[in-house]
Amino acid sequence: MFYREAGDFSTTYREDSQTFPIKFDRYRYYAVLLIAFAIIPFLLNDYWVNAIFLPFLIYSIAAIGLNILTGYCGQVSLGTGGFMAVGAYATYKLMTAFPEVSMVVHILLAGGITAFVGVLFGLPSLRIKGFYLAVATLAAQFFLVWLFNRVPWFYNYSASGQINSPERTLFGIPITGANTEPWAVYLFCLVFVTLSAIIARNLTRGAMGRKWMAIRDMDIAAEIIGVNPLTAKLSAFAISSFFVGVSGALFFSVYLGAVEVGEVFGINKSFLVLFMIIIGGLGSIFGSFAGAAFLVLLPVLLKNVLVTGLGWPTDLAAHLEFMIVGFLIIVFLIVEPHGIAQLWRVAKEKLRLWPFPH
Amino acid sequence: MNTDDGYITEDGRKIGGVVMEMKNITLRFGGVTAIKDITFDIREGEIRAIIGPNGAGKSSMLNVVSGFYVPQEGEVFFRGEKRPPLKPFEVARQGIARTFQNIALFEGMSVLDNVMTGRLTQMNSGFISQALWRGKAEREEIENREICERVIDFLEIQSIRKTPVSRLPYGLKKRVELARALASEPKLLLLDEPMAGMNVEEKEDMSRFILDVNDEFGTTIALIEHDMGVVMDLSDRVVVMDYGKKIGDGTPSEVRNNQAVIDAYLGVSHD
Repeated sequence: MFYREAGDFSTTYREDSQTFPIKFDRYRYYAVLLIAFAIIPFLLNDYWVNAIFLPFLIYSIAAIGLNILTGYCGQVSLGTGGFMAVGAYATYKLMTAFPEVSMVVHILLAGGITAFVGVLFGLPSLRIKGFYLAVATLAAQFFLVWLFNRVPWFYNYSASGQINSPERTLFGIPITGANTEPWAVYLFCLVFVTLSAIIARNLTRGAMGRKWMAIRDMDIAAEIIGVNPLTAKLSAFAISSFFVGVSGALFFSVYLGAVEVGEVFGINKSFLVLFMIIIGGLGSIFGSFAGAAFLVLLPVLLKNVLVTGLGWPTDLAAHLEFMIVGFLIIVFLIVEPHGIAQLWRVAKEKLRLWPFPH
Repeated sequence: MNTDDGYITEDGRKIGGVVMEMKNITLRFGGVTAIKDITFDIREGEIRAIIGPNGAGKSSMLNVVSGFYVPQEGEVFFRGEKRPPLKPFEVARQGIARTFQNIALFEGMSVLDNVMTGRLTQMNSGFISQALWRGKAEREEIENREICERVIDFLEIQSIRKTPVSRLPYGLKKRVELARALASEPKLLLLDEPMAGMNVEEKEDMSRFILDVNDEFGTTIALIEHDMGVVMDLSDRVVVMDYGKKIGDGTPSEVRNNQAVIDAYLGVSHD
């Protein structure tokens, strides 16, 4: 009743192949963009930005990246944390070496460097699949963290072994360092998220996405119809790592400001992003957002309910959070392996017919 | 060899020169010789069947034609040129498409996307263009969509074009697989048991599609099939294999009267 496509016809292939072929979806998308860009910045305070919006936006980019690799191309990766670290350290080195160059350039370059590293660690995927590839990417995770811990050049020989993000401005407004405004960092990340999502969507609905999905669904058949597995897999690794690198760069420079690599970009981070795309939905850009929102909001919500609401001790709430997240992951894997995105699709199909399902 | 002359089929179609020629092909897997010294050709515009009892090496033969297996001995000539050992995706770019005995569709994609994968060899827009969905990428998408829609119309699967393949019944999946192969506008179409597991009605549909494809697009088709009635009706020339060897080659009526073929199919008494 509310959600319908009756009377909504595509008369050209161009119209039919757009991201939101249904008018209702399209207007909802514009409304979300309008709220995100024009309304939320005015309502923000420090707590909202640091507890919810920045982690949500930055993890969304990482989830989009991993979803391209795992959800679309079917190559399981446990190296996300390590690749985020590459993005972070690349930005740090670039920021300190070229202070006068814009942060946008640094972050994009950091993405490019991560893409290169991703391709290097993606090479084994040409020979091995599934579990074995996951283990190979795990090696990337541990190696990269070790590298950034042990080679002082990466943290500019600082005594603490940490990297700290110096203050940098964009159009005269500080976006990194201690004196940032909530709305500025929010908008800065939002622009990256929006562009990432649009680019990821364009790539996955076109020729490149079909190559990836063909490799994912049946690699032998994909090869027989003319997909070169080498370029398909490595392009997935490159583009996925690019997004993961950008998210790592933002995570370090804009969100945290100071990073100790083993703590921030450890194996936990890899699993967190992997859980996001599993819960959100493999092979769906919307699912990347849904998963990131779910895993960012859930702890905040639990903390607010249990600690602030019921007055329980913080450590108990923190432990409960682990149990609840773990439990939900198992529930999702059993009940809806395709994640929140699939729930959303089913809900839309039901809404089309509601309230007369026959 | 004789690339010049063709022949006229029984139903009056003109068959052209040799498209693909297999010369003394031998294929071994370790100690097992799957194909032994086989020579045959496929001519422009014909429907060529490969038949034989189970385990005769038919699918292996088709895999050699499609470049998936590289034979240890023998030469493959495609359109008059000797084909070097190629990777499967390079063979696809030469204009050879195939379907599989067990359906090999991309289950997670819609029918339309599956058919569009058949056009991937023709789509070569750059990364930036694809990322922005502007310029060449968008143009290519629309041009190739038109070609795919023609195939979809032709095979009468319009109503399911947005349906995920995993939801389709077996018979339709076979048809979608044919659509994907046809979308690449192949010069040579290889069908590995296109009618396996189908009921009579579905077989009739599929036979009609195969004949129509051959008739309308002039596509050269090589197929493997177990249903003798279908093979004899559809094909112009038949290769018969048994235990990796060629035991017969000719028009359906010639093959039907070949003593070696009858022995292979009906068995022969050893006394």
